[in-house]
Amino acid sequence: MSSNIKMTEAPPGLEGQGFFATTLDSVVGLARKNSIWPLPFATSCCGIEFMATMASHYDLARFGSERLSFTPRQADLLMVMGTIAKKMGPVLRQVYEQMAEPKWVIAVGACASSGGIFDTYSVLQGIDRIIPVDVYVPGCPPRPEQIIDGVLRIQDLVAKESVRRRHSEEYKKLLQEYHVK
Amino acid sequence: MKTNLEYRAEFLNPDMPEIPYTTLNLGPTHPATHGIFQNVLKMDGERIVSGEQTIGYIHRAFEKIAERRPFYQITPLTDRLNYCSAPINNTGWYLTVEKLLGVKVPKRVDYMRVMVMELARVADHLICNSILGVDTGALTGFTYVYQYREKIYEIYEEICGARLTTNMGRIGGFERDFSPKVFELTRKFLKEFPVVWREFESLLSRNRIFMDRTIDTGAISVERALNYGLTGPNLRACGIDYDIRTAEPYCSYEDFIFDVPVGTTGDTYDRFVVRNEEIWQSLSLIEQALNKIEAEPAGVFHADSDHYYLPPKQEVYKNMEALIYHFKIIMGEIEAPAGEVYHAVEGANGELGFYLISDGGRTPYRLHFRRPCFIYYQAFPEMVRGQMLSDAIVVMSSLNVIAGELDA
Amino acid sequence: MDPLSHDQIESHIRTQLGDVFTIIPDSYGVFTMEVPLQQLYRVVQFLFKDEALGFNFLTDLCGVHYPDDQGRELCVVYHLQNMKRQTRMRIKTFVSSEKPEVPSLTGIYASANWMERETYDFYGIRFLGHPDLRRILNMDEMVEFPMRKEFPLEDPLREDKEDFHFGR
Repeated sequence: MSSNIKMTEAPPGLEGQGFFATTLDSVVGLARKNSIWPLPFATSCCGIEFMATMASHYDLARFGSERLSFTPRQADLLMVMGTIAKKMGPVLRQVYEQMAEPKWVIAVGACASSGGIFDTYSVLQGIDRIIPVDVYVPGCPPRPEQIIDGVLRIQDLVAKESVRRRHSEEYKKLLQEYHVK
Repeated sequence: MKTNLEYRAEFLNPDMPEIPYTTLNLGPTHPATHGIFQNVLKMDGERIVSGEQTIGYIHRAFEKIAERRPFYQITPLTDRLNYCSAPINNTGWYLTVEKLLGVKVPKRVDYMRVMVMELARVADHLICNSILGVDTGALTGFTYVYQYREKIYEIYEEICGARLTTNMGRIGGFERDFSPKVFELTRKFLKEFPVVWREFESLLSRNRIFMDRTIDTGAISVERALNYGLTGPNLRACGIDYDIRTAEPYCSYEDFIFDVPVGTTGDTYDRFVVRNEEIWQSLSLIEQALNKIEAEPAGVFHADSDHYYLPPKQEVYKNMEALIYHFKIIMGEIEAPAGEVYHAVEGANGELGFYLISDGGRTPYRLHFRRPCFIYYQAFPEMVRGQMLSDAIVVMSSLNVIAGELDA
Repeated sequence: MDPLSHDQIESHIRTQLGDVFTIIPDSYGVFTMEVPLQQLYRVVQFLFKDEALGFNFLTDLCGVHYPDDQGRELCVVYHLQNMKRQTRMRIKTFVSSEKPEVPSLTGIYASANWMERETYDFYGIRFLGHPDLRRILNMDEMVEFPMRKEFPLEDPLREDKEDFHFGR
């Protein structure tokens, strides 16, 4: 029976009668990547393009991000969309610190990635000055297809991440660079 | 059962006994504030006693940047003021520069600009009203109506290539003529959108729950509204029919026939209904503009001058002289006279003004944006005193505060 | 109703208040006048209350910095409007940067509140009588006044952008 439903690929493993043996990392990654709960930290124009991405035309919910969480305690992915001014920096930092591990950060737009066209005294030149970022989506504002592409790259990162990564020395060093406890 | 107005009157009574208040922080990151600004509310139980606002969380120093940039390079900045209706900001800026330089634009350009500005107004009011629905719990209206904002984005893309931050137009007109696809898309939009908008209106305008939540919340009297500098739909909801398009017509608005809807009490419901009605008026204006554009001789889309109108890109890539002119004009070698000019357009939120002081150099000496959101947001604590917390959310939403315009 | 003509406005103010202002010509059709600092509040209150003139709407309030004009470095520009007769008007007043104090108009127009805070934030002009004069758009810890001409646009401490590549 043929159908239009695309099934996701099973991770490589040993299959037998009534059992399937694979690594824990790949199963956990597969489950996590298709059920990310994003926190839309929308500040300016990129926020409107995010609204377009969440609306019915470019639906982001197809990829599992149906439930937006506005509280950082219940979110996995911090989507920073728009210009972050220096006045907003401490707020962003507090929101990032309130999120529980594992957490990912995507910087949507030129302003969040590097300050954008606003090379001024009041704009933070990129959020990676204060928090570690996983994926950068360039554009001013990026098209909804680009934002979805960014989320798909995050999903790739999530799928391939080891379960032990957040306890590893490398990650601890990264957090230390940003002075995150 | 007491009405909202009666509770409010009791609350504003100066003989009320002193009670300890709770402080509630609303923002800057909050799902219901559209944009980042903070309100620290002092509450007596569920009733708001006073509010203190902190803005500036997205201050990007536009006015300082504008002192460094020639006129054409300031247009992308104006895009990012009220980013929901960027073409209105762009056109307003070009009208200001044209006033300074003394440029006469042909009628067809005026009609093209009117069409684009009214599309932007529809797009902005569309978001404001559907998000007001979302804030009261009616989530579906937003998804139905937002599809039509995508249709408007398609029209913008045909005209200038960008969806949201359009950077549309030139001093003296447009960069290219409207292709037949623009007319086709716009006429299709004018045929399909009214059906959807009527459906959206029927969901909310006479909905018992919506009316209970929005009538008598956030009312402001006419005198206080004028004193607080309200303009645009927020002022028209109070009963004053001041619209710059009729009072001080720019861009050939005097050739168009349209009404200016007004409300009575200035509460949230009136603002919602005024914006609804303005969309209908804008749709009629777009249709009139399309007919007028097609009646004018085709192919005219800019004022005739080499000194400030960028040469077409095809010429710039082939012709040395066009390349030199392009470079010169972008870098600001326009002979701008010294002087100061103030021009206001009817933005989606009110009077969007540009105060330009030029000293004859390449860049403005001072450029100040008269941003309607910044000025009328001051009235918010007075509008919500004595009301409940959920009313504060609904009032904030109906005021259509866009953070980019608030902080600039 | 017809807009007020410049002569009407000028003669009305002159008869009621005397010779307190100087007209600035060539302002693209808007009646512009410069008012000395001591007369400012009186003139604006008169314009607000008078029935014939009735400028009951404060459209805009901003500051300008002229570092070369000794003794008149900071300028505050007010745009007033008579909505019934659709007339606009511009008032300018100059102060020196040693003592930048201007009377506040919050008693007359409530919308002047935040606009004066913004002008204070950008230029350091203190408005006497303002209920709550503090910074509004910039960070509270900031000491300088960023819109003055000597303040640089870019943050000199930023690390990732080399001025050489950006033409500065």
